[in-house]
Amino acid sequence: MLSTFANPARFMQFSAWAAPLFALIALILFAVGVPWALIYSPADYQQGETVRIMYVHVPAAWWSLAIYGFMGVASFVALVWRHALADVAARAAAPIGATFAGLCLITGSLWGAPTWGTWWEWDGRLTSMLVLFIIYLGYIALWNAVEDEEKAARLAAILCLVGLINLPIVHFSVVWWSTLHQPASVFRPGGSSIDPAMLGPLFTMAFAYMALFGALLFANMRAAINRRRVEAARLRGASAT
Amino acid sequence: MSPLAATFRRDFALMWGAGGGAMAPLGFFLGAATLVPLAMGPEHALLVAAGPPLVWLAAALAVLATLERLFQADLEDGSLDQLLLSPAPLEMIVLTKGAALWCAIGLPIALAGAPVAIALQAPLELVPAIVVSLGLGIAGFIGAGLVGAAVTAGVKRGGVLISLIVLPFFAPPIIFGSAVAGGAGFGPAFLILAGCGMAYAALGPIAAAAALRLQAE
Repeated sequence: MLSTFANPARFMQFSAWAAPLFALIALILFAVGVPWALIYSPADYQQGETVRIMYVHVPAAWWSLAIYGFMGVASFVALVWRHALADVAARAAAPIGATFAGLCLITGSLWGAPTWGTWWEWDGRLTSMLVLFIIYLGYIALWNAVEDEEKAARLAAILCLVGLINLPIVHFSVVWWSTLHQPASVFRPGGSSIDPAMLGPLFTMAFAYMALFGALLFANMRAAINRRRVEAARLRGASAT
Repeated sequence: MSPLAATFRRDFALMWGAGGGAMAPLGFFLGAATLVPLAMGPEHALLVAAGPPLVWLAAALAVLATLERLFQADLEDGSLDQLLLSPAPLEMIVLTKGAALWCAIGLPIALAGAPVAIALQAPLELVPAIVVSLGLGIAGFIGAGLVGAAVTAGVKRGGVLISLIVLPFFAPPIIFGSAVAGGAGFGPAFLILAGCGMAYAALGPIAAAAALRLQAE
């Protein structure tokens, strides 16, 4: 499996139909999930209509975390086996993960304003999501700052793995810190149990995000590989003349 | 002289002596701490409630300001290649450089933390805990900072980039350090801070050395 896709040519063949396929799946799932979540699902008895923000917010949170995990695995594979495409995958995933994290923060803030009565609360989960967002930005900035692409890939892989180790430390520190500074007034007890009528649209949206991630990841990777090929062709052309 | 002792002496001399030396980060620390009451207003009650933990903000900024040239100069003038040829493992050399940085700027800042914390209205009985925790926390900052400095060593004007990369790693020491300065003293928060600081100081050089090997290629 690992070596199957190490060949860029084979990957390009595979992704040529996989990327549109994922895009199509995402489209269908969003077409079902968005109306289901935003119109046909029941309103919450306490939160009212604002609960619908959850269907956008929670999948974004899940996938921004999962994508960082994916980047960690890809970085590890790139460093250990010098896998030709793993670093391309990690780089391609970063802006998607950063966007999901940003979306999670923005929708969380929009939800918090009417529900908690504040746009922002220095709560454990909010703060660690913000830190994750900053880690994404640092990773992307490093990739862009180092000129030698191969070096940039491996330095970014090291940074990604270090960040992966750091993330749980930050999370537990922040949780400890927020419980220390403010007693749990924010999360109502029993608020975590979700009505089954809400799980359907939630998981539909979660799978839609996953398919969207797949489609965007493959598209980004294809663009990166094509850019490399153009670069290589230009160099060949320059040396031929 | 063993390679590690030589590295320590060289780096300590460079950090202590060159470019304003150790006085510059120390002055930066004092300056940043001075901005705190200016930003918050001089009201006594406000400072008593919120002032002491802000020594950590000043200390974090002072460490950040020293990171940019940490490996860049070595990379540019070829010292890094010499360090790679050394019989001592690169991880130990990086750890030694971190220790030299700690002695040159970390220790002075931790000690200066005492008057600064008192000026920010920390109660006297908390001051020993603040000084010791600053020393441990700055060791953690430096451990994380080594990684940031190593991955950006080849980047021109990478100072802001280092800050962006390193800041997420500063969060845990700042959280527990502020708890110590905010009144917890030598309690559980201090122990967690010590663990955090030592973990970063121990693990940072390993990642930084891996990045430096790439930089030298």
